[in-house]
Amino acid sequence: MKKPRIIAFDELKTDYKNPIDQCNTLNPTVEKLKKIKRVKIALKLVLPEYLIHAFFCVMFLCAAEWLTLGLNMPLLAYHIWRYMSRPVMSGPGLYDPTTIMNADILAYCQKEGWCKLAFYLLAFFYYLYGMIYVLVSS
Amino acid sequence: MSAPAGSPHPAAGARMPPKLGGAASGLAPPQQNGPAPSQMQVPSGYGLPHQNYMAPSGHYSQGPGKMTSLPLDNQCDNYYSRPYTVPTQNVGTPSSANQPGAQQMYGRGPPASHMGGSTPGSIQGALASASHPYTSASQPYSSFGNRYSSPATYSASSSASQGYPSTCSHYPVSTVSNVVYPNVSYPSLPASEPYGQMFTSQSAPSARPVNDSYSGPSTAVTYPSRPPPPPSQHHHQQQQSHSGYSSVPWSAPGLPPAQDNLIRNQMGSLAPANNRPSNNENVQPPKSSSIVSTVLPGPSSTRMPPAPSHPVGPLPSAPPTPEQMQTKVRFPGPSHAGCGKWRLNRDPGLWGTCIGRMRERPPEKFAIKGMQYGDYVNNQASSTPTPLSSASDDEEEEDEDEEAGVDSSSTTSSASPLPNSYDALEGGSYPDMHSSSASSPAPDRASEPNSTLAQALSAAPAPTAPHPTKVAKPFGYGYPTLQPAYQNAAPPPSSGGGHPSGPGYSGYPQHYPGVNQLSSGLGGLSLQSSPQPESLRPVNLTQEKNILPPTPIWAPIPNLSAELSKLNCSPDSFRCTLTNIPQTQALLNKAKLPLGLLLHPFRDLTQLPVITSNTIVRCRSCRTYINPFVSFIDQRRWKCNLCYRVNDVPEEFLYNPLTRSYGEPHKRPEVQNSTVEFIASSDYMLRPPQPAVYLFVLDVSHNAVEAGYLSVLCQSLLDNLDKLPGDSRTRIGFMTFDSTIHFYNLQEGLSQPQMLIVSDIDDVFLPTPDSLLVNLHESKELIKDLLNALPNMFINTRETHSALGPALQAAFKLMSPTGGRVSVFQTQLPSLGAGLLQSREDPNQRSSTKVVHHLGPATDFYKKLALDCSGQQTAVDLFLLSSQYSDLASLACMSKYSAGCIFYYPSFHSTHNPSQAEKLQKDLKRYLTRKIGFEAVMRIRCTKGLSMHTFHGNFFVRSTDLLSLANINPDAGFAVQLLIEESLTDTSLVCFQTALLYTSSKGERRIRVHTLCLPVVSSLADVYAGVDVQAAICLLANMAVDRSVSSSLSDARDALVNAVVDPLSAYSSVVSSVPRSTLTAPSSLKLLPLYVLALLKQKAFRTGTSTRLDDRVYAMCQMKSQPLVHLMKMIHPNLYRIDRLTDEGAIHVNDRVVPQPSLQKLSAEKLTREGAFLMDCGSVFYIWIGKGCDNNFIENVLGYPDFAAVPPKMTHLPELDTLSSERTRSFITWLRDNRPLSPVLHMVKDESPAKTEFFQHLIEDRTEAAFSYYEFLIHIQQQICK
Repeated sequence: MKKPRIIAFDELKTDYKNPIDQCNTLNPTVEKLKKIKRVKIALKLVLPEYLIHAFFCVMFLCAAEWLTLGLNMPLLAYHIWRYMSRPVMSGPGLYDPTTIMNADILAYCQKEGWCKLAFYLLAFFYYLYGMIYVLVSS
Repeated sequence: MSAPAGSPHPAAGARMPPKLGGAASGLAPPQQNGPAPSQMQVPSGYGLPHQNYMAPSGHYSQGPGKMTSLPLDNQCDNYYSRPYTVPTQNVGTPSSANQPGAQQMYGRGPPASHMGGSTPGSIQGALASASHPYTSASQPYSSFGNRYSSPATYSASSSASQGYPSTCSHYPVSTVSNVVYPNVSYPSLPASEPYGQMFTSQSAPSARPVNDSYSGPSTAVTYPSRPPPPPSQHHHQQQQSHSGYSSVPWSAPGLPPAQDNLIRNQMGSLAPANNRPSNNENVQPPKSSSIVSTVLPGPSSTRMPPAPSHPVGPLPSAPPTPEQMQTKVRFPGPSHAGCGKWRLNRDPGLWGTCIGRMRERPPEKFAIKGMQYGDYVNNQASSTPTPLSSASDDEEEEDEDEEAGVDSSSTTSSASPLPNSYDALEGGSYPDMHSSSASSPAPDRASEPNSTLAQALSAAPAPTAPHPTKVAKPFGYGYPTLQPAYQNAAPPPSSGGGHPSGPGYSGYPQHYPGVNQLSSGLGGLSLQSSPQPESLRPVNLTQEKNILPPTPIWAPIPNLSAELSKLNCSPDSFRCTLTNIPQTQALLNKAKLPLGLLLHPFRDLTQLPVITSNTIVRCRSCRTYINPFVSFIDQRRWKCNLCYRVNDVPEEFLYNPLTRSYGEPHKRPEVQNSTVEFIASSDYMLRPPQPAVYLFVLDVSHNAVEAGYLSVLCQSLLDNLDKLPGDSRTRIGFMTFDSTIHFYNLQEGLSQPQMLIVSDIDDVFLPTPDSLLVNLHESKELIKDLLNALPNMFINTRETHSALGPALQAAFKLMSPTGGRVSVFQTQLPSLGAGLLQSREDPNQRSSTKVVHHLGPATDFYKKLALDCSGQQTAVDLFLLSSQYSDLASLACMSKYSAGCIFYYPSFHSTHNPSQAEKLQKDLKRYLTRKIGFEAVMRIRCTKGLSMHTFHGNFFVRSTDLLSLANINPDAGFAVQLLIEESLTDTSLVCFQTALLYTSSKGERRIRVHTLCLPVVSSLADVYAGVDVQAAICLLANMAVDRSVSSSLSDARDALVNAVVDPLSAYSSVVSSVPRSTLTAPSSLKLLPLYVLALLKQKAFRTGTSTRLDDRVYAMCQMKSQPLVHLMKMIHPNLYRIDRLTDEGAIHVNDRVVPQPSLQKLSAEKLTREGAFLMDCGSVFYIWIGKGCDNNFIENVLGYPDFAAVPPKMTHLPELDTLSSERTRSFITWLRDNRPLSPVLHMVKDESPAKTEFFQHLIEDRTEAAFSYYEFLIHIQQQICK
């Protein structure tokens, strides 16, 4: 029963990551405005993404899906580390608007975004497979 | 930029002009026929709206409708300046003669303040001399001129009443003439002299043909673009104005609020302390408990008398004085001048630079001649309908991108060429010149003289002169065949007059003889395109004793062809760490050198071509501005040098107003100068140009009062109140804070300033939104009263807390409608309200060699605030005057991200520490009077294949190549790291272009463009040959600051050492054949170890020596925001021996002989007890006097009998009438003149306690915690051998 929800969230997640990637495309002359707005959106999306991911992990824990949980643990650890080492900030958030345009950080975030997108996609299909498998076998 | 959402709808406004313009131009003639009476009425007719203008921010803060008023500021202003350029205008200095109303109208012209040193007298003289050509030239235009005179008069008269009326006047202006406005008047008059000369000389004979040929077509083309004049010519003036309002859609939304404002305004002045909830959302419902209305010390009561309650009334709405009318009447005559397409204004100063470098004619040759160079006749032609309408779509779409501008080149290409005799002449030869050479512009220029030689005219100037000298050509003004540059073959630069920008160059000829031991930098000076063996000569660092050259080090000259190097941007504004760009990233990695740019974009220039043109020619795909390094494929097309797109040359661009010839796009000033300034059209604005707004936020807690900075500040402000950059709209405001926030109501009409106290610091609100920032000119008396009263107002305060955060929030609220500059004076750690900080420094850790903590901010409150401010075009400048730890690391964020600047005066006390007080005073003088640009953005573009990586400086990076600068000041420097993304094998040149778009203090939108061109090389040796070691060091310093904040100080130090080790080991392993046991470096890099050692001993990066955290952080801030010239002095001070100054090698500046002592290395071994030494650290001078110093020196220079009698704290040299004193003083004055912030002089006696300050700058010596230079070299050698 949990699986359909998972699907929805996963789709959401993949959507989340897209703006970040798009905003990172280094095309300086076009659509700057939109780009900046996307960065701002991206700033707001980070925390929900982390929370949702953590929520899944908790769900997997409850469902005793040890393998799936094990697959997700590294990412969870990464998220925790990433959030602990974020710049000084009073509100929630991860990216510092003053440094986000720095090419190094931008490149890093972009790479991070792609990697996570790939991970979520694979995970999505894995969950889908899991769900169908459960439905068929039961 | 991120102006109030939706405000930019240029479309709405932009489409207006034709209609309005038509109407206005039709209506205008009556004025011309009967100027006097109708003009009288204009002001009165406009009286009401005018007042609105004075009313506060409402005008700007409002929505889209307002947008429309913006272009007019710009354009009208340009119009106003016309009187100066115009022949008949012998009124001379109308701006000073007229009353305030009129002053507003001329505000943008070149009034005295704008002209540098030139006096009104000279203006008149210049005018007189300049007038000749015009009168003769204007004749063919008489009809043309009259035509134009109508709008001109109109705008002029209406301008007397600023606000709305001028909105109306704008459109006629823009459509009718589409034009140019004369005289941008940049710096001072002498500037344009060369042109004046040419102009005069050619005047009648050659001017006429051009005029004739143009007047026909241009009028023909122009008129149709306007609707035919309506029959209402004889309408009364007032009707005009009414119809103006009613017919214009945009005025409708704008006007009601305006009147509203006015009414409120008057109400306000009657009862200023009341809240007027209707006004602003900021206004809270009256919290009566927290607003206390007090009266400043003084006799009378709280409320001011009702009498002066018409705040704005009397002055501006008064009927025009005779002078005003006189000026107006004159317009018809001169108005054709407005058709001039663009103009150049040159100053001798930068000329001087060029002269120094290229040995051109000495400036005084021009000095006698007429001033303005012309108001060129505009060929109007083709492009009339363009920019406004076509731009609008563009603009709506990317309204965030102000730089977008119009797609100018596309709009104009269809027009047909004008029949023109010059066209035939020049155009005929054109294809030959350009068809073959698409890729490299150099050959073009080389070949051009040949072709132009065909014309008898061009006999003279060789192609090399990038300067307007060239322009003289077509007039056949008889230059001998010698290139003008060499005509007066470089008489001693002494004659160069004031060219402070490059004094070094002037010294060059004298030093040249001794050059053999000079550094690579100087070696590069010789402009040769031959390989530079000098800069590659291997230097054995450990053997070489005198590594430091005896003369200052210049930037290496890129190895370009002579033509290109002359066109290239001055290294003072734009430098690259590698003057030979490696072809690939791999090559760069091999060289292990940092690649980046150092920018000083808003530097005070003494010469700057200012261009007003309908269409600013830019590449259609990458938006690069046309520059000297583009190539013209043929007469109609040019190839962008950044993205290689082929663009059309707009019709307008083919006409060269300088030469008045047609078909010479490659001779336009944009293509002749790598540093130019454009007057931007309304397409470059998102809102009307903002006025100059200054807000001072002052700490008045006990600590601050004790330190006594208020008196220094108030005195400086009083002294410089009239010199604050700005126009008639300039506004100013004051806030003070301790544990509460105090506002000052300075509304004109009050009998004295009124203090409003807000004690609710958790929820700050503005007690009265529109009388806190007041017009400087209208409320000047009140402001003066306040400044006189302020220092003593808080003398008995017991309040020790400081609510800086809430005060800043209030300042932000106050400034957000307009934007501007906030100057914050803070003396302690903020201890109340939002943004309060804790002391983080552990004094015991000051000299720790281990980790230094707390280099980053403790809270992001200040950063967020800065970003908010930046979004509202407000910059926050911080003056920190504290004796204890104040957590500069956190506070500095408020300036860093809002493009402000930071000043820090440790242990400031006005009486106990007079030298700091003096420094504050001098800094303030500079700070208050220096140029300022508002709502700026800077974009850096570079050739395809290169990309920007990281930016350094004070700004907010809004996009990968766009820096948002709320304010820009001439002392701000920037650095950019570059990456080579794609191989540059298919190009031999790369270019970098910075475009700084800003609003000048006169309310003009301007774009300053610098273009730098560098060669690409493929061999490692060439890369090393082209290292600019100073630029590299400054970039390294910036990178190290970033590293120490993001990682740790020791990391940064290691990185710095590696920055020396890596390139040297790479060099020895790849390039040189020298055995690895010796430490060798190419001559271009020989100073790298020394400078890196100097960096390691800077306050910012040193360890082991006790350094206060704030000092360290301040040094880091300096490194990030200082331009290269200043930063280098800070990193590696110059030491001179001054007790034996001689005239040998002296240079002459302004009739003064300036001795040039040689540089000494920074080591105590050079300090002999018998000598006296001057150390120039950029912001401070030390004079060290040895114990055994010659008594003659002490007596003749210092004015004391012997060493013992010299007082320990001496900050001035007495003016003694002796030769040695004169020499010393002229040398010090010369050093001082070269920098913006006048340094403070400290006298350091040998064995006085102050000498540690001095000795810490001797970076070649060993200290208890750091290497000496020799040890450092050994250390490096060990690292390399590892």
